[in-house]
Amino acid sequence: MELDPLLLSRIQFAFVVSFHAIFPVFTIGLASFIATLEGLNYRTRNPVWERLATFWAKVFAVVFGMGVVSGIVMAFQFGTNWSVFSHTSANFLGPVLSYEVVTAFFLEAAFLGVLLFGRNKVPRGVHFASAVMVATGTFISSFWILSANSWMQTPAGVEMVDGFYHVVSWADAIFNASFWPRFFHMALASFLTGSFVVAGVSAWYIMQGREVETHKKALSMTLWFLLIATPAQVVIGDIHGLNTLEHQPTKVAAMEGNWETGGNVPLLLFAIPDQEAQTNHFEIGIPNGASWILRHDAEGVVPGLKDVPQDKQPPVAIVFWAFRIMVGIGLLMVVFAVVGLFLRRNENYAKKRWFLNGLRFMSFSPFLAVLAGWFVTEVGRAPYLVYGQMTHAEGLTPSLTGGMALFTLIGYIVVYALVFTAGSYYLMRVLRDGLEKSETTVTDDELQRAKRPLSAANSAIEWE
Amino acid sequence: MSEPVFDLTYIWAAIMAFGVIMYVLMDGFDLGQGILFPFAPDEESRDIMMNSVAPVWDGNETWLILGGAGLLAAFPLVYAVFLPALYIGVFLLLAGLIFRGVAFEFRFKARTSKYLWNWAFAGGSIVASFAQGAVVGAYIQGFEVENMRYVGGALDWLTPFTVLTGLGLVAGYGLLGATWLILKSEGKTQAWAYKITPPLLVAVLVVFGAIGLYTPYVDQYVSSRWFDEISIAWILPVLVLLCAIRVYTSVRSKRDGSPFVATMGMFVFTYLAMLYSKWPYVVPPDYTFHQAASAHESQLFLLLGLLFVIPFVLVYTAWTYWVFRGKVKAGVGYH
Repeated sequence: MELDPLLLSRIQFAFVVSFHAIFPVFTIGLASFIATLEGLNYRTRNPVWERLATFWAKVFAVVFGMGVVSGIVMAFQFGTNWSVFSHTSANFLGPVLSYEVVTAFFLEAAFLGVLLFGRNKVPRGVHFASAVMVATGTFISSFWILSANSWMQTPAGVEMVDGFYHVVSWADAIFNASFWPRFFHMALASFLTGSFVVAGVSAWYIMQGREVETHKKALSMTLWFLLIATPAQVVIGDIHGLNTLEHQPTKVAAMEGNWETGGNVPLLLFAIPDQEAQTNHFEIGIPNGASWILRHDAEGVVPGLKDVPQDKQPPVAIVFWAFRIMVGIGLLMVVFAVVGLFLRRNENYAKKRWFLNGLRFMSFSPFLAVLAGWFVTEVGRAPYLVYGQMTHAEGLTPSLTGGMALFTLIGYIVVYALVFTAGSYYLMRVLRDGLEKSETTVTDDELQRAKRPLSAANSAIEWE
Repeated sequence: MSEPVFDLTYIWAAIMAFGVIMYVLMDGFDLGQGILFPFAPDEESRDIMMNSVAPVWDGNETWLILGGAGLLAAFPLVYAVFLPALYIGVFLLLAGLIFRGVAFEFRFKARTSKYLWNWAFAGGSIVASFAQGAVVGAYIQGFEVENMRYVGGALDWLTPFTVLTGLGLVAGYGLLGATWLILKSEGKTQAWAYKITPPLLVAVLVVFGAIGLYTPYVDQYVSSRWFDEISIAWILPVLVLLCAIRVYTSVRSKRDGSPFVATMGMFVFTYLAMLYSKWPYVVPPDYTFHQAASAHESQLFLLLGLLFVIPFVLVYTAWTYWVFRGKVKAGVGYH
């Protein structure tokens, strides 16, 4: 079989970006949680908040470190595998991606060190302000990266001159049509990720009877927050979907598994899309459901995949199922938040083992949902890199051979497997050590040492 | 579009040129620790070597990420030709940097698995340094580009010449690492660093000399630039040699700081000589830095942000070095 550099490059990009994405999506949410804890600590001077903030800042440090490492690769992926795309859109993407890097750089240089190491060295207000700035910085960073991605989905503010995009309006290009829904959808996803991880880990400590009163405070906080955030995400997700319907109807058709444009389209709960035959098998659906959701009317017209030729359709099965995974997990999250409310009486949310076990399980769910969501939006854009304007094939590095792409794909898989096994293993170690060990007094030795994110965690890497 | 009042391309060329030498000098001495790691006299010396760069290494490497993104923004042609042409080399570079970065973090926290992280640190540093040297060689060689797109093969960059420049940079970073260690250590670690510096210096001079003699044969443009008429630029190789002599004499007289400063001088003057060799071509043999530049409004848009951030980062960097000034003591910084 001939090795296809296009397919291999797409798999490689999906692999490295998925791997990278799980770290920032967690740290963005966690940073805001830590800032909240620091704020409570600042106002109330209750040591519980300080202990929680210190512990979670260590977890933050490890995950942030892994995000930086995997981010190095991302800065070069665009050039190695998608050089024509990079070059063509460099006038817009270059500055935007640079701003993303600069923000992360600036953030780490200025405030992360103070947050992680400065508690006893700077005034309390400054320490709290640093936590707020770290949280703000993560948002500014994601602002730029989401602007770049949204521009690829709904390009605007540029004109093509001699084969290169030139920016005619920075405002139009940065705040393009799909930017705000995507930004809020992703920001909430980060909050949900942070919250469900904190909830799951707290539940785990509570079940073990470790520092129950302290972790119960964290759990209670996150459950209240989830009660607002999970339904809000459903609303924002709906707005995002309607935005996609307006600007990328083919993607919505793939999400709904709908082949023929028309009214009375069912909401499919299950189907096996068959792209060859341009139809679905084994459909189970709610009559008129998709029409209702997308047009708020049973007769509402939903776009169909057959509106475009088959070679301009995205791979339907991937988009269709990734969408169902994302929505399914999202609804499950709402259920957990509501159940948490019903368990408020007698603090049952911290007593019922089935609920705590469920939360432990749910701590992995946001990552799955976020990756599924990105698969929907990225695969759903296919065959385009810049929607409607440049295909994946056109953007690919011309000199790239299948062998080269396969070599680096295997290479990245091996490197990531080694490095992130060690990283995840270490993260588990930090979590297992928990609140109790996170407070061992910092010695002068350690103060002499590095001021890097990961050095904020002081667990040993081997199990004892 | 109207003609811009002022051509920002010069400013961006200066920023990128400055960024590259900043990166080379700063990441150079910490990559050097990894290169020298397998030869260290004992585990305690290795602790000191690692501790001497631990507070600063990740800041050093951030310049590389910024360089990658900055190239895309300011000189996209460079980004879109170098990365495809050096595809395999870029992968080796990144894999090497990842391994050594992770080794930094985990070696401090490891007990029984320490030797594994030693190997990761040394191997990653050597591979990354070699790859960077090969990039320099490939730049001097030039690239097969048609219509602004790289059209050569996957391993075109790998020639005897680039192997030589790769080894040259490994030796050069080794020398930077050794002289840094003279500055930052004492006792037996420093004695060892003093001992290995002269042989490393000889190795560097031999390889740099070989590269210098080889380069005009590799590239006609370089040859005519240096030999058609004798210009003031000939002072650069002379300064490199003077710096080398300074390294040697200050090692003899055991002056802790001078060898490192003089080695940095060797790097700076070699770098300037290389820029002079190829100027104004950034994607040799065909494209000048003007042809490689992005649109004026894009350069301006990013410059506004950088003007705010770069001074801040420089101050922060200087402050970090200031905080961690002085000798690294044995037994401090690990447990």
